[in-house]
Amino acid sequence: MDIQDQDATARWEALGSRDPRSRGTAMEHISQEVMRRVESIGPIPATVPSPLATAGHPTSDLNDILARLLMLSKRCPFDDVRERCVWLLQNVQDFGVRIPRPLGNGPSRFIPEKEILQVSKVDPRTQSIFEDAFAALGRLDNISLVMGFHPQYLESFLRTQHYLLQMDGPLSLHYRHYIGIMAAARHQCSYLVNLHVNDFLQVGGDSKWLNGLDGAPQKLQALGELNKILAHRPWLTKAHIEHLLKAEEHSWSLAELIHAVVLLTHYHSLASFTFGCGITPEIHSDGGHTFRPPSLSQYCVCDIANGNGHGHLEERRGNHQVSEVSGEVEVLMERMKQLQECRDEEEASQEEMATRFEREKTESMLVATAEDEECVPSRDVSRHFEDPSYGYKDFSRRGEHVPTFRVQDYSWEDHGYSLVNRLYPDVGQLLDEKFQMAYNLTYNTMAMHKDVDTTMLRRAIWNYIHCMFGIRYDDYDYGEINQLLDRSFKVYIKTMVCSPEKTTKRMYESFWRQFQHSEKVHVNLLLMEARMQAELLYALRAITRYMT
Amino acid sequence: MEKMSRVTTALGSSTISGRTMFCHLDAPANAISVCRDATQVVVAGRNIFKIYGLEEEQFVEKLNLRVGRKPSLNFSCADVMWHQMEENLLATAATNGAVVTWNLGKPSRNKQDQLFTEHKRTVNKVCFHPTEVYMLLSGSQDGYMKCFDLRKKESVSTFSGQSESVRDVQFSMKDYFTFAASFENGNVQLWDIRRPDRYERMFTAHTGPVFCCDWHPDDRGWLATGGRDKMVKVWDMTTNRAKEIYCVQTIASVARVKWRPERKWHLATCSMMVDHNIYVWDIRRPFIPFATFEEHKDVTTGIVWRHQHDPYFLLSGSKDSTLYQHMFKDASRPVDRANPEGLCFGLFGDLAFAAKESLISGDANRKPYPGGDRRYPIFFFKKPDLTEQFAHVSSALSVFESSLESKRMDWFVKTARLYLLSGKPFAELCDHNAKVAKELNRPQVSTTWTMLRIMFSDPANLSTPGPNHIGKLGTLPLMNSFSMKEMGMGTESRLDRSKGESRQDNIHLELGNSLINSNNDENEETEGSEGQAEYMFGDAELDDDDLYSMDMFFSLVFSAEEQEYTLPQEAFPLRHEIMDNPLAPEHLQQDKADSPQASGNEAEVMCLTPIESFSLISISQPLFSPHLPAPFFCPVVREMLSHYAEQGDVQMAVSVLIVLGDRIRKEIDDLTQEHWYMSYIDLLQRFELWNVSNEVIKLSTCSAITCLNQTSTTLHVNCSNCKRPMSNRGWICDRCHQCASVCAVCHHVVKGLFVWCQGCSHGGHLEHVKNWLKSSSHCPAGCGHLCEYT
Repeated sequence: MDIQDQDATARWEALGSRDPRSRGTAMEHISQEVMRRVESIGPIPATVPSPLATAGHPTSDLNDILARLLMLSKRCPFDDVRERCVWLLQNVQDFGVRIPRPLGNGPSRFIPEKEILQVSKVDPRTQSIFEDAFAALGRLDNISLVMGFHPQYLESFLRTQHYLLQMDGPLSLHYRHYIGIMAAARHQCSYLVNLHVNDFLQVGGDSKWLNGLDGAPQKLQALGELNKILAHRPWLTKAHIEHLLKAEEHSWSLAELIHAVVLLTHYHSLASFTFGCGITPEIHSDGGHTFRPPSLSQYCVCDIANGNGHGHLEERRGNHQVSEVSGEVEVLMERMKQLQECRDEEEASQEEMATRFEREKTESMLVATAEDEECVPSRDVSRHFEDPSYGYKDFSRRGEHVPTFRVQDYSWEDHGYSLVNRLYPDVGQLLDEKFQMAYNLTYNTMAMHKDVDTTMLRRAIWNYIHCMFGIRYDDYDYGEINQLLDRSFKVYIKTMVCSPEKTTKRMYESFWRQFQHSEKVHVNLLLMEARMQAELLYALRAITRYMT
Repeated sequence: MEKMSRVTTALGSSTISGRTMFCHLDAPANAISVCRDATQVVVAGRNIFKIYGLEEEQFVEKLNLRVGRKPSLNFSCADVMWHQMEENLLATAATNGAVVTWNLGKPSRNKQDQLFTEHKRTVNKVCFHPTEVYMLLSGSQDGYMKCFDLRKKESVSTFSGQSESVRDVQFSMKDYFTFAASFENGNVQLWDIRRPDRYERMFTAHTGPVFCCDWHPDDRGWLATGGRDKMVKVWDMTTNRAKEIYCVQTIASVARVKWRPERKWHLATCSMMVDHNIYVWDIRRPFIPFATFEEHKDVTTGIVWRHQHDPYFLLSGSKDSTLYQHMFKDASRPVDRANPEGLCFGLFGDLAFAAKESLISGDANRKPYPGGDRRYPIFFFKKPDLTEQFAHVSSALSVFESSLESKRMDWFVKTARLYLLSGKPFAELCDHNAKVAKELNRPQVSTTWTMLRIMFSDPANLSTPGPNHIGKLGTLPLMNSFSMKEMGMGTESRLDRSKGESRQDNIHLELGNSLINSNNDENEETEGSEGQAEYMFGDAELDDDDLYSMDMFFSLVFSAEEQEYTLPQEAFPLRHEIMDNPLAPEHLQQDKADSPQASGNEAEVMCLTPIESFSLISISQPLFSPHLPAPFFCPVVREMLSHYAEQGDVQMAVSVLIVLGDRIRKEIDDLTQEHWYMSYIDLLQRFELWNVSNEVIKLSTCSAITCLNQTSTTLHVNCSNCKRPMSNRGWICDRCHQCASVCAVCHHVVKGLFVWCQGCSHGGHLEHVKNWLKSSSHCPAGCGHLCEYT
């Protein structure tokens, strides 16, 4: 049985091979296996609504395989595998066995599927990145597909993630995935939690840990506190670090801690991205597919609107809004131009600058973070963390005064990088490249306009996020933010960064209405990286203080 | 001791004086600078901007430049510089992008003179021209450098580095018009102040940001740079291309670098993170700092030599809010604490040893160098100051080769090659390995294999395999005997033979088994092949020359027969008696541990393993039952394995572990197993036995080990046409769209195993090339190369 399982895994893995012949053989084996099982079950009478829950072991096993085939038929970067999977599913269906169909439409709830890159039609470079990702993980997740809008960034992102999860590092593999689960669960991101629960079990993790943090070793429990603080109010102090490092037999080493911190921040910000782009569950995981035949009543309106066809609703709403927003982009560009020109003329006094920062900081608090309308139904992810009431708390509003973090005193380039690279070699370099890539990425376009210098806009977004975390750039005029970012955009940023689980489709749609989806994804990348850097800066500064 | 007394005499010539001293600042410092006559120092930081007077015994606060109730960001300084010509003039770089000049001659409290707010981002550095009074240069995060004429309201020229973030700008000391700028992307640019349109030259100095640079005060062409990559590099700029002439590797990113006045080869550095010390390096000796100042408790942010022509005073400011004056004589000298001895084992048991000559020469009656080292001529005309010279340590290197008799590690290599670990039935594997061990003259190991086969084979098969051989005492050729070649002092590492034997007798007495004694004697005699005939039972099955105990054989036979008639219950009490066994091997091991310097030969005679003691006891008590279940032996085997591992023969431990597989695996905890595997694999790889090591990795059951050959499995191939890396597929190049790996024999594309000559890089299908080489030794591509394949 054990060996059989291993064989099966090896076969699935072989589908990621670059050599078409070995893919072919693997596919052949899989189809034989599937057909054997199908025959053993025999055709299920179509009249009986197959009760999935009570189905015997072989059926649910088969269903898993079928779901996986469905995923491959949509997401595998190799043509041959996709075709074979479709063919095989068809065959299975001909036998009278019910086959699954994907729920939802495409990798994102917010972005129509047709806008997103099709796996079958990408340029060679992206294709190669996808193939690499597929070979490494055996899947091409929805996150990568959405990031596929920006292949340069995607490459850097995947390389970093691969290094963090799979390459040499102070933490063992199952620890890494568990920390990922902890971090994602903090934001109730069931998508990432599901993904990593599978990975965690695959690398030999103890399933008892998954019952909750109580089931995990003491050492990881100690990390829960850090996770909580980092995710919501990252102003860590030396004492927090000391608490982790001086816990006798459960203590962390510095290198392990750095690894854990990088993982935590990575998954916090990735959770932001997941919600910000409305990533849908993977096809082969729970909630990504259904065995029920399609019936009209189950479609909800938003599904239609998000579908491939032009939803009437969207169209109508779009028409309605076009008139009032048409000038939006031009206004923004005009403002940027003005700022560029008049900056040298009127020079605000230093006091004025300081107040501007404070004002922006306070104001960012007042930006309401979404009405508590739609809470994402999470598969009791809450058991992975404690104290659910602990959320993002705004600066100053609660009376607890947190001093402003001056980036000139502790910056990623000068200080953070050196510390990370010292304790966790190469990761500093990878993160550095990723930050730079995200910060400098531009196509010099804004909606329908070409050759626009967007530096100013990107810097405003980046600094606004850091401002929300209390990080101040001495050399930045925070008045610019007010000019460039309108209210609905601020609401979106604030929600995504501070409580991503509350992001809604309406928020996504209501900012920058004329911009392309790829540009909105670009914004999401900026948000994600800025957030990660902000959290990292706080954590690394605390570690540095501990060390001196 | 002698050195210290000379310091004071050297100091006598100096015009300024003082001692190591410090004062507390109110806030962390970002930068410091001294005025020309070395009597005052300015300290600047985010919340501090003060001038201190340098007096004989202490720092005295002279002036606080940070005035006003709520000082603006213009006071938040990233850098400060005191003009070297005009002693009332200061310039600071503010974190908000302003460049500010200060005139100390102003009568009002606020000394601010000029304010330039042309930079858009933080200004990282300001620099006055060394000879021109009104010329000021600044470098900023926004990628621009600006040159200001202090008589005008705005900059006179702007230099664009075409990249992000200027980290440092420095006017050349000798070239009036030249300045150097270092950048965050690793580049260093040289500019002519008259030509703002384009840099004169540019080169990449570091990977990652270059935080600082400094021109050599005397040598026109030398520029020192320090970067985040933890290196200090010295560049010779006089040649056409900037040439790296020295490189010092530090332990943390380099924040500041300053040449030491009057000393051509010395420079001081401090770091930006983690490391709080200030180092003075002799660039010719890049591996150990010449001097270290260890006073600061947090990172040092600014260092400056107090006077342009005095190498003995160093000032430093730090994040720990202190300002220090360091005296060179108080510096600690790492070289004094360094350990000049080194020891290393070679692969084949050779030993290299380096030690101070003085230590060795005393032993070897060499001629010591009288009064220091004469091989290094002294260049100084003055009486050389010993504290200013690097202590010359010359070490003598001795290499001790292991003696030939101990056969080096050949046995290890051969054993690793010949052992079979899988692919055959268990019994055959054991037999094969036993044979291998015997051929290599390692009878103990051989016996162990045979025993294992008997223990773990099915009882039904027990009668068919050859009888077990007890009593042949094994050998572990340890590499302890060296002959010291260089010194000519042979070490007598062999113990007295008689001593060893007497100990043996003790053991025998304790065991109360005189049989073994005779066995031992026999053993040595019957190393040859003719011993066989002497034994009555030496029939066809007994094709070994191993010693063979008749008693043992009988006991086996008898017990096997008896077993049929006795009730099974009787086996149980017997077991308990055997449980006592571990006492015996423990005792033996202790005994063994008492003589760690036992030579190979001796070990051969006296090494007794638990396995044997076990069997010895079972001889006296004929209770060896073939029907004992295999798990019964597990504790003994486990102990045997750890014994081998402890003895240094991890090879045996791992081989047995693999061959026994599930039979024993659960008995030994995972960490130990992993440890053994790692050690064995490490050994194998040092002997370049890649195939064996890979086989071991593959056969191991520890997840930590099996994943070893899952790492770094990528093979990077360059296209043979355009020489660019091929990213996508191995056989077709994305860039030039040609099939890169064509078989030189059949001219088809190779998609599987591709073999090629490393000389001419032609090759093709493995089979084709093999066939080709049978007929010709020239390259099949016709390039005329005589291909070589290993």
